[in-house]
Amino acid sequence: MPSITREEVAHLARLARIELSDDELDHLAPQLDQIIALVGQVSEVAADDIPPTSHALPITNVMREDVNVPCLTPEQALSGAPAAEDQRFRVPRILEED
Amino acid sequence: MTAEVFAIEDALAQYDPVLGLEVHVELNTKSKMFCGCPTEFGAPPNTQTCPVCLGLPGALPVVNAKAVEAAIKIGLALNCEIAEWCRFARKNYFYPDMPKNFQTSQYDEPIAFNGWTEVVVDGETYRIEIERAHMEEDTGKSTHVGGATGRIHGASHSLVDYNRAGIPLIEIVTKTIEVAPDKAAAVAKAYVSMLRDLLLALDVSDVRMDQGSLRCDANVSLKPHGSTVLGTRTETKNVNSFRSVERAVTYEITRQAAVLASGGKVLQETRHWHEDTGVTTSGREKSDADDYRYFPEPDLVPVAPSREWVEELRATLPEAPSTRRVRLQEEWGFTDLEMRDVVNGNALELVVGTVELGVTPAAAKKWWLGELARAANESGVALGELGVGATEVAEVQKLVDSGALNDKLARQVFDGLVKGEGTPAQIIEARGLALVSDDSALIEAIDRAIAANPDVVEKVNSGKPAAAGALIGAVMKDLRGKGDAAKVRELLNAKLGI
Amino acid sequence: MGDLTRKTAVELSELMTSGEASSVEITQAHLDRIGAVDGAVHAFLHVDTEGALAQAAAVDKKRAAGEKLGPLAGVPLALKDVLTQDGVPTTAGSKMLEGWKPPYDATVVQRLKAAGVVILGKTNMDEFAMGSSTENSAYGTTHNPWDLNRIPGGSGGGSSAALAAYEAPLAIGTDTGGSIRQPGAFTGTVGVKPTYGGTSRYGLIALASSLDTPGPCARTTLDAALLHEVIAGHDKMDSTSINQPVPAVVDAARRADVAGLRIGVVKELGGEGYQPGVEARFHEAVELLTKLGAEVVEVSCPHFQYALPAYYLILPSEASSNLAKFDAMRYGLRVGDDGENSAERVMNLTREAGFGAEVKRRIMLGTHALSSGYYDAYYGQAQKVRTLIARDFEKAYEQVDVLVSPATPTTAFAIGDRVNDPIAMYKNDLCTIPSNLAGNAAASFPCGLADEDGMPVGFHVMAPVMRDELLYQVGGALEAALADQWGGVLMSKAPELEVTR
Repeated sequence: MPSITREEVAHLARLARIELSDDELDHLAPQLDQIIALVGQVSEVAADDIPPTSHALPITNVMREDVNVPCLTPEQALSGAPAAEDQRFRVPRILEED
Repeated sequence: MTAEVFAIEDALAQYDPVLGLEVHVELNTKSKMFCGCPTEFGAPPNTQTCPVCLGLPGALPVVNAKAVEAAIKIGLALNCEIAEWCRFARKNYFYPDMPKNFQTSQYDEPIAFNGWTEVVVDGETYRIEIERAHMEEDTGKSTHVGGATGRIHGASHSLVDYNRAGIPLIEIVTKTIEVAPDKAAAVAKAYVSMLRDLLLALDVSDVRMDQGSLRCDANVSLKPHGSTVLGTRTETKNVNSFRSVERAVTYEITRQAAVLASGGKVLQETRHWHEDTGVTTSGREKSDADDYRYFPEPDLVPVAPSREWVEELRATLPEAPSTRRVRLQEEWGFTDLEMRDVVNGNALELVVGTVELGVTPAAAKKWWLGELARAANESGVALGELGVGATEVAEVQKLVDSGALNDKLARQVFDGLVKGEGTPAQIIEARGLALVSDDSALIEAIDRAIAANPDVVEKVNSGKPAAAGALIGAVMKDLRGKGDAAKVRELLNAKLGI
Repeated sequence: MGDLTRKTAVELSELMTSGEASSVEITQAHLDRIGAVDGAVHAFLHVDTEGALAQAAAVDKKRAAGEKLGPLAGVPLALKDVLTQDGVPTTAGSKMLEGWKPPYDATVVQRLKAAGVVILGKTNMDEFAMGSSTENSAYGTTHNPWDLNRIPGGSGGGSSAALAAYEAPLAIGTDTGGSIRQPGAFTGTVGVKPTYGGTSRYGLIALASSLDTPGPCARTTLDAALLHEVIAGHDKMDSTSINQPVPAVVDAARRADVAGLRIGVVKELGGEGYQPGVEARFHEAVELLTKLGAEVVEVSCPHFQYALPAYYLILPSEASSNLAKFDAMRYGLRVGDDGENSAERVMNLTREAGFGAEVKRRIMLGTHALSSGYYDAYYGQAQKVRTLIARDFEKAYEQVDVLVSPATPTTAFAIGDRVNDPIAMYKNDLCTIPSNLAGNAAASFPCGLADEDGMPVGFHVMAPVMRDELLYQVGGALEAALADQWGGVLMSKAPELEVTR
């Protein structure tokens, strides 16, 4: 019984917005299954009372003053845009409302 | 096509509405949540961006201290607990106006939580429990091109401006609100309106609903009377005026009631409110694609506001509305009923202003809830928009106190003020409202009254001095109400020897 | 004066100070060397000939005007293509960013420029730093100058190979699980991962934000220390940057003294799965340090065996989110925008076309580890293991000043050997990963060649948070002692590359 099925991999691909080919799905599912078996070893560690570490170092309260700094020019901002129009980023039609 | 809806009365006869409100507030900080770009509304597109708020590869966020301060102030004003330690989290989903395809937000560790506030609707005070207030960032703005009137459907492409991306937002989330069915929509409206006043008083936001700096999402579900099982809820977005809060909630209640009554199922979905047509339309159905995969934001370190800082901020808060009401009632010596009348009559601020100008609280209340409330009611405008302010009320009351006017004449002055006939002095002049206190004029009128009422004089003389009241009435009538009643009594008594 | 490309940064600096060579001459010599050997090595993705010569000329002008210059002014450097440089193509080894020219400098780049360091160009790497061989680069594999049939390590194989091929005396790498140290070990060069937060991540195209650390690469310990000093220090643009003075790394590299230093050999990092030649050179180095006066003991770090699984949950999780920004909307590749396809579909098609197999694998794994229902078992549990690994380090540092191990279980392997076996590839980083999870400082220093294959072996040193100077103390001492034994640095044993024109 694999720890991850082809259908689950297809679902992950939708979440991650990657249009995987059937071939890739065929390949990826068993590979991910192997990797998940490896990483699943973390469950062997008894750590119920151990606090999780999200940051390497215990730093807190790093904030900046509420002051303005120079922006990019619109030309700089749009310099990498695949398409631009009216000083805006031109993107294909959006299907879903946010 | 719009769905069939029930009349609100029919809907409420069968179902109890359950509400939840999520309000997003754009803060009025100079710079964005995580970078130094300005936050000015209406700037030319993409002129207020940098690598951070454009989500360019390599850029990193740094928290705006002022935004944290504002979040704490809002939390305190809503009687929330302030976290001793909290983190930002990434909310992962793809959308073209979101530069990083995750929103830096807070998840299970909001900066403020477990609060409450109160609103007053039709004389009833409603307590609204606050679940949380958390910090996050706004998205960019898309313009849809090629379709009908800028709608997303039918557009050929979209244009994105990232000026708004990264502007600090505070999201304020209520717990479920369950009130009498016929009050639900009004309470929702009152809550949003109260929040606006509060945020203005805190000076943390411009609260321009027309500019989107306060946006409301309304969660609505219905349950049959007597049921304890919550129904499926919808989340209605884009509810961006006080009036539409009430309208959208009402619409959702009637729509869902019609769906349920016909044996249908309410879908768990996002719905969109259309101000122009007054309906909500189906947006996106909730699905497993809404797995936001929240995790602690590794690019930001935890925020741990010291208790000293929190107390410093608490000390700067304006007085809470409910505390203030209690204080004013005590200062004014009003009964609970009187105070409620003032609050419900939307006269609280007007009475405060009038009292500040030296008028007694009783007199201020009398005018605002009496003559002026009547006039407002008749002309269908809000009390505050009558064109009569605290200054005018105080001026008129001063004339009454000095004896230049009596209450009856004062009412006529107010009538003139409402009708825009000028200042009180001009109205008194024009309408000839000055009180007659000239002795000779009064004595002439008294003589006429005595002559016309020999029977009354007879009664007084036969040992019934109380009968003289009728003569005073006659004198005042003769003077068309403009006589100084106290003076008339004094002169009449002298004449009759009583 | 000799061949300028064979000099260390310190020697080049002396030549410039004495007026024997100009920065332009030195820079040109390295550009020529790149022209001659990079066809075979493929260390560079982009060579900025004009920009480098202009920077060199500017430094020469300042020197002529008598301006006071830093020790690395005018010295050329190879920059890993994962750091943004204003106006210079930056790809992170991915098709996704082909042709992208960032409009800003990374903080590390700003500091290099301010110090007068001449940036020759951008070096090859595994796509988005995911890999241990550069075979995951979208632009072809870099070859190990010691044996062109072998990989140079990764992800920063380009930077280390550039050093080993004498194309640059200095390079910048970034280390998320070993991407500076492992290529350093495989190419016989020095690679240092500073304390997390000791060098700024601003402008580093993120792989795993809580692990990524930029650091110096060089052929000698002192050169690495000088570069470390230039790029390190607090940056207000990076919230995770440490607001403390930079450890005295240059002094430590010069002192190069281990007398009385307590060194712990990590029991768990050795034995089964370790190449005999690697273990032999490692133990000889430990012996040597003992002779130099270090007190060596064995130390156990029981949770290190879980570092690899924890790392391969934390890294993909953070990466899946960090790489979401590559969506064809604002910059980089866009595929399938035919006027009909929606934005959603264009995103899907672009990410399918723009990401390589390993990147997709890790995005999928991270998406899975963070998804509802799995978070606690995977990402949450990995974070707890992270805590336990940090505690192992803390306990160890109560007994010793630094920990040591081989840098890698094996020497550089042949190109193609592990391409189809992701797990074998992941095991390259067994020794290096724990320091990334705990955030402490670590480095790899050359300690000889394995008998089996004649390939370089790396000696791995780990030091507590913000005690980066200890690395240089050990590395410097080892380097000096080995140079005495060999009659020169290890690199002098590297085979000559065939020069093409």
